[in-house]
Amino acid sequence: MQDVLHSAGVQAGHILDLWRLMLGVCAVVFAAVLLAFLWAVLRAPRAGRDTSPDLSALQHNEPRLLRRVAWATALSTLLLFGLVGASVWTDRALAQLPLHGALHVRVTAHQWWWDLQYDDAEPSRIFTTANELHVPVGRPVILTLLSDDVIHSFWVPSLAGKKDLIPGRTAQLQFRADRAGTYRGQCAEFCGAQHARMAFRVIAEEPAAYEAWAARQRQPAAPPADALRQRGQQLFLAGTCVMCHNVGGTDATGRRAPDLTHLGSRQTLAAGTLPNAPEPLAAWIRDPQSHKPGTNMPGHDYSPEDMQALVAWLRGLE
Amino acid sequence: MSGPAELPPTALQAAFDRASADLAFPAPDDRPPVLNDVPPSAEQESLLDRSWRDPPGLLGALSAINHKTIGRRFVLTALGFFIAGGLLAALMRLQLARPDSQLVGPDLYNQLFTMHGTTMMFLFAVPVMQAMAVLLVPLMIGARSIAFPRMNAYAYWVYLFGGLMLYGAFLLNIGPDTGWFAYVPLSGPEHSPGKRVDFWAQMITFTELSALLEAVILITTVFKLRAPGMTLNRMPLYVWAMLVTSFMVMFAMPAVMFASTALITDRLVGTHFYNPREGGDALLWQHLFWFFGHPEVYLIFIPGLGFLSAVIATFARRPVFGYPAMVLSLIATAFLAFGLWVHHMFATPLPELGKSFFTAMSMLIAVPTAVQIFCWIATLATGRLHWKTPLLFVLAFFAVLLLGGLSGLMLASVPLDLQVHDSYFVVAHLHYVLIGGAVFPLIGAVIYWYPKFTGRLMSERLGRWSFWLAFVGFNLAFFPMHHLGLHGMPRRVYTYPAESGWQALNLLATGGALVLAAGMALFFINLWRSRRHGEPAGADPWGGGTLEWATASPPNAGNFCAVPVVHGREPLWQAATEPVAVAGLAVDRREVLVSTTLEAHPDHRLSFPVPTPWPFAGALATAALFIGSIFTPWAVVWGMVPVAIALTLWFWPRRRKTAEDLALETAP
Repeated sequence: MQDVLHSAGVQAGHILDLWRLMLGVCAVVFAAVLLAFLWAVLRAPRAGRDTSPDLSALQHNEPRLLRRVAWATALSTLLLFGLVGASVWTDRALAQLPLHGALHVRVTAHQWWWDLQYDDAEPSRIFTTANELHVPVGRPVILTLLSDDVIHSFWVPSLAGKKDLIPGRTAQLQFRADRAGTYRGQCAEFCGAQHARMAFRVIAEEPAAYEAWAARQRQPAAPPADALRQRGQQLFLAGTCVMCHNVGGTDATGRRAPDLTHLGSRQTLAAGTLPNAPEPLAAWIRDPQSHKPGTNMPGHDYSPEDMQALVAWLRGLE
Repeated sequence: MSGPAELPPTALQAAFDRASADLAFPAPDDRPPVLNDVPPSAEQESLLDRSWRDPPGLLGALSAINHKTIGRRFVLTALGFFIAGGLLAALMRLQLARPDSQLVGPDLYNQLFTMHGTTMMFLFAVPVMQAMAVLLVPLMIGARSIAFPRMNAYAYWVYLFGGLMLYGAFLLNIGPDTGWFAYVPLSGPEHSPGKRVDFWAQMITFTELSALLEAVILITTVFKLRAPGMTLNRMPLYVWAMLVTSFMVMFAMPAVMFASTALITDRLVGTHFYNPREGGDALLWQHLFWFFGHPEVYLIFIPGLGFLSAVIATFARRPVFGYPAMVLSLIATAFLAFGLWVHHMFATPLPELGKSFFTAMSMLIAVPTAVQIFCWIATLATGRLHWKTPLLFVLAFFAVLLLGGLSGLMLASVPLDLQVHDSYFVVAHLHYVLIGGAVFPLIGAVIYWYPKFTGRLMSERLGRWSFWLAFVGFNLAFFPMHHLGLHGMPRRVYTYPAESGWQALNLLATGGALVLAAGMALFFINLWRSRRHGEPAGADPWGGGTLEWATASPPNAGNFCAVPVVHGREPLWQAATEPVAVAGLAVDRREVLVSTTLEAHPDHRLSFPVPTPWPFAGALATAALFIGSIFTPWAVVWGMVPVAIALTLWFWPRRRKTAEDLALETAP
C-alpha cells in the first residue's frame, strides 16, 4: 500500500488530518468564489461591440463594490491565517513524536537501491540489509538519511512525509508504524535513469515477529545444504559478483551493491523491479539491463545448469 | 562642432556602408525634415510608414528592428516551441498510459520530460510574455517604437539561437536528461558525463541574456516613451503588469545565470561550487535555482493577469474596478514572490522553524491575487458582457487558476508538502497554475489582439470549439493527477508497476491530454487560416478603450503618425479633449517623443536607429561563443573577437545618419 489517504502511522495520520481540514476549507472557498463568478457572469446583461462603455467608475467611487471586495479580502486573509496556524500546529505535532526506545536505522541511498544498516549499541548486533525495511509496530523509528551519489528522497506515503537524502548532509526522519502491514515506498527525487525503479518496502510487524526477523538477519549466511547449492556458492565466489556484493560469512565482502546475506527472505529483487522467485532471479542475473536499463549490474552468461545452481544458492540465503 | 560626422572614413565604415547603410533609405542627407500635422495628411502617413518600415529582401529580414516585426517573430517562435513542448508531453502521456509500457525507454523519457519542462519554462512561457509585450506595449502607450530597437532584435536572435541549439542537441540524442531544474550532483560532472547538461546550462545563458535585455527594453519603453499625458496612474493595467514583470526579471534572472554558469565551470574547468567533497554544497544550487524559479512562476503569471484586465475591461464594457488595488496587488505579488523559494525545498534538512516563515509567505501571496480576482468579479458583475472567444478563454482563469491557487496553499504547508512534494499532485498543481494563469489568458489575448496585427478576426466558431475541447481536455488530463499524487505516484518516473493501481487514472489523464491537444491544434489551425480567410476587422473590432485600437489594423510601421495626447485611463472611451495629438514630429525619419517618467510630460525628441544586420551578426557571434564554450573554455577568449567586431560595427556612427540627426536638431 502506498497511499497518503490511508495512514498506518501516527505521522501520516497527523498530515492526513491537516489534509482533510485544508481540503474542506479550500473546497468551500473554491465553491464560493466560483459561485460568485458565475453569479456575476450570469446576471450581467449582454452587450455588443458598439455598446457604449460605462465610464461612471472613472468619475466617482463605487462604495458598494468596494465594501464587498474589502470584506471578501478580509475573510480570505483570515482564512489564510487559520491555515497557517493549522499547518504550524501539525508541524508541532509531528515534532513531538515520543522517541523513547527508538529503533535506529541508517539509510544510504544509491543509484538505484537502498542500503539499510540497523544500528545497535552493541557492534556485533549491527546488521545490514537492502530495499526492505522491517520495523516493529508501535515502536518509533529514527532513520538517519545519507546519500552515496546524487539526491534521493525517502517516501512511504502511508507512514510519513518524505525527506531528501543529500550527499554531504545528514537528515533524519522519524515515524512510527501503528498497524502491521507492508507499505510500499519509492524514491521521490529524480535521481537519474532508473528513478522510476527505486522502490522499497516497509514491513511493519508485531514486535516478536520483528525480533525474530532481526535475529535471523544478524546471522551469517547459512552454509550450502546440498551439492547444487555448493556449486552455486562456488560460482558466486569465483565470479565477479564478489566485487560488489556482500554475503555475510563468506569471502564476498563488496559494498557497492545490495547486501545479499539474506536475499532469499526478501519479497522483491532490484529495488522492487521484479518479484523474488527463481525465474525472475535468473532472468535478472542473465540480463539486468533489459529489466532495469542503466543499472550498474552487468549481465552474466551462465550455462543453464550453472544458473540453476547459483539461483538455488541465492534463494537459499534466507 | 565636431561630431561623429567629421570622423575620417575608414575601410571598415566603407564596408559597413556597402553592407547595410544603403539598405533602407534613399539618402535624405541634411534636408529639413517633414513634420506631421494634426490630423496627419495621407502623404505624411505614407512617409511615416516608409521611414519606419523594415527593408525588403533576405538581408532586410535579418536587419529588421521594427518592434512589430520582431514581436511577431518572437511570438511565433515561442508558439512554435510551445507546440514542440506539447508534442513531447503527448509522447510522455502515451508512455504513461499503461503500466510497464515499453513505448519509450528511460533514457528517452528522461530527455522528454527535461525538454518539456525546459521548453515550456525557458523557451515558451517567459519569452512569449515578453514577446507579446514587445508587440503590444509601444502601441498601448502611444509610442512609435520600442526603446533600443536594435537590442530588441539582438535579444530575439539570441533567444532563437539558444532554442535551436537545445533542439539540435535533442535531435542528435544529446538532449539534457536531468530535469528542467537540473539538480546537482546529478547534473554535475561525475553523474552526468558527456555534453547533455552543458547544452541545458548554456541554453539558460542564451534565454536569460535575452530575457534580461527584454526587461531593460520594456522598462525603458514604459518609463520614457509613453504618450504625453499618460501619467503612471493612467497606464493600462496590462502595461503595469509588464512593467512589474520586467523588474522581476531583472532581479530573478541573475540568480539562475550565476547558478548555471557555476554549473558549467564545475563541469568544464573543475571548480567545485556544488561538490560537497571539496567544500561545495549541493543545496546551494537549489537556493539559487529557486530564488529564480519561484519568481519565474509569477513572471509568467503576472502578464496573464494583465491580459485578463485588458480583455475583461473591453468585453465587460467598463474599466476594471479598483485600479489602484489592482496595481498595488501586482507590485505586492512581485515583492512577495521573492520570499517563498524555500517552499520548493521543504523536504531538505533545513531548519524547521525557518520553513514556517516560507509557509506564511507562500500563503500570504494568495492575498493580492484574491484581491484581483474579487475586483474582476466586481467588474463582470457590474458590466455588460460582450460574449466573444477572447473573454471565454480568459474567464477559464477563474475555474482553473483558482483551483491551482488553492492546491498551492496546500503545498505551502510544510507537513502537507512533505507528503505531496515531488508527486503527481504537484504536476497537477503547476499545470493548473500555469495553464490556467498563463496559457488560457494568453490564447484569449492572442485572439483579442490578432486583428490588430493581421487586419482580420479569428473565427469565432473554431474559437469556441477549441476553447471547450481545451478546457474539458485540460481538466480530464490534470485533475486525476491530484489523486495519483495522493496515491503515492512520484513525478518524473518513466513507468510504474501494474500493482500500483495507478493505471486507470493515468489512462484517463492520457485521454484528456489528447483532447487538450486537439483543442490546441484547432486554435493553431484557426490562427493559420484566419490570416487570409478571417473576417476583416477594421481598426477597432471590439470597441476597446486603450490606444492600440486608435491606429489602423495592421498599424502603420511607425504606429502613430500623430502621437496621441492622453487625458484619462480609457483614452478611446473618454470624450476627446484638446489637444488630441502631438504635431511637429518628423515623419520622414525615425523621430520619437521622449516623456518624463512619472507625469509623461513631453521631454525631448530623440532620433532612433535605422535597421542594420549587425544585431543579427552579433547574436550569431554570441551564439558561437556560447556553444563553443561548451566544448572548450578557450572559446570564451577567441569567441570574444567576432562579438567585439559585430558590436563595434553595430554602434559605428554613420555619416548619413549623423547628418540627418543634425538636421533634425536644427529644424524649427
